[in-house]
Amino acid sequence: MTRHVVARAAELQPGTRKLVTVEGRGIVVLNIKGELFALSNTCPHKGASLCNGLLTGLVRSTKPGEYQYERAGEILRCPWHQWEFDVRTGRSYCDPRRLRLMQFPIAVEPGASVVEGPYVAETFPVAIEDDYIVLEVP
Amino acid sequence: MQAVAERAPPEPLGRVSTDWKGAIDCDVHPHVPDIAALTRHMDDYWRETVGVRGITGFESIAYPPRAPLTVRPDWRGDKAAGRERADTDPKRTAAALMDRHGFAHSILNCLYAVQLIRDEHMAAAFCRAVNDWVRAEWLDRDPRYRASIILPLQNPELSVDEIERCAPDKRFIQVMGLAAGEQPLGKSHFWPVWQAAERHNLAVGIHSGSSYYHATTGSGWPSYYLEDYAAQSLAFHTQLGSFIAEGVFVKFPKLKLVLIESGVTWIAPYLWRLSKFWRGVRLEVPWIDRSPVEFVRDHVRLTIQPFDAPNSGETVGRLMDQLQSDQMLLFASDFPHWQFDGDAMLPGGIDASLRKKILIDNPLATYPRLVSPH
Repeated sequence: MTRHVVARAAELQPGTRKLVTVEGRGIVVLNIKGELFALSNTCPHKGASLCNGLLTGLVRSTKPGEYQYERAGEILRCPWHQWEFDVRTGRSYCDPRRLRLMQFPIAVEPGASVVEGPYVAETFPVAIEDDYIVLEVP
Repeated sequence: MQAVAERAPPEPLGRVSTDWKGAIDCDVHPHVPDIAALTRHMDDYWRETVGVRGITGFESIAYPPRAPLTVRPDWRGDKAAGRERADTDPKRTAAALMDRHGFAHSILNCLYAVQLIRDEHMAAAFCRAVNDWVRAEWLDRDPRYRASIILPLQNPELSVDEIERCAPDKRFIQVMGLAAGEQPLGKSHFWPVWQAAERHNLAVGIHSGSSYYHATTGSGWPSYYLEDYAAQSLAFHTQLGSFIAEGVFVKFPKLKLVLIESGVTWIAPYLWRLSKFWRGVRLEVPWIDRSPVEFVRDHVRLTIQPFDAPNSGETVGRLMDQLQSDQMLLFASDFPHWQFDGDAMLPGGIDASLRKKILIDNPLATYPRLVSPH
């Protein structure tokens, strides 16, 4: 498990997202209402980049004509074929067991601890007084 | 005729195979011989109306009497010999099927063209007459017969009335309409009909055919019978999609839908498309909370004649793999339509265990009234 510094925390405000590349892997990092999520950026269907997909809610129903709209902003839709992925689990709606996005542990850490390592932060000059977003990649 | 000549010769007549013992034949067509057979079962108003207006009957172009498909040669009438076609006679029909092969039941799906009638009250009167004719002339003549209640789908309320009228007779095990009517049958307009069917443990059968409200293809009227017959499966696409997308199976979870004389193999590629597109647009039908193919496995059955594929075990095996179900196919002779020669009622390549399912287990699981009639 390698830990990577991928952004300054201030850079990724609620409602924004960022595509980062870690060890050759595209990872989409999302800040949803202050909560951070990191998921593989590659749709398991046809390989589309998910980072610009629509973030929407989960729509459920128990009978025809009923629309329950829940968890606004927590479902990422692939921009190509509109398949839905749950940002909390990485699982697709249509085939949750087989079609899922890899998830990566993500956290905000103070610059002081980041400087101590064992972190990889090739692209960031890390300052002790700032906070950083840190990804763990297996 | 050319295609027939190229086939293997039919099995010798008179050979009684025990391979079919106990089978349930899910599609047999009794033929109304003339209008008098129906007016006998009408009330005074409708009997007089039919006579005064000079109505001689309703004949659909779905089965032109002389088209080869309509009646197999050995079941045709012979004027010179003074013999009517076999499908007008419950004894001869039983002899050709249940007696000859040891079937347990034949399910009668009368195709008299009630769907052509635009006056919905007249349509209901003709449906009542057809259903009472089937009861009196067929069900009462042989205890092995079972039947579908023919519905005047021109009007859902009248259809419910007809279900309520016939349902106490447990020999009716299904309700039936045609694949191409005024509008797709999954729409909520029809839900009271499917609700009544579910309440009475009746399966819903959709048979190929059209009321000719609309062109028989989605692109307009074809010129030839050939096109019309081959296009039937497209109407089934529409109905299957409608039943699923409108949420009929969510609303009526006990309902079984039987696609009759629809052909069979078209369903695999259609389900592939339906299930694939659902992944991207399921938000418009969120009540379809799992893949459409799963609803089909739980609720939809198909009668096996006509089997629209090469007669090879490999084809059947691949179809079963794609459906991932051995419960969806129901045995049917489609008597008297000319779908096979001799006794070749099933396509090749069906092993003994699947054969038993198709002949017996699957029909029993589809029609609750076959199992517990009271």
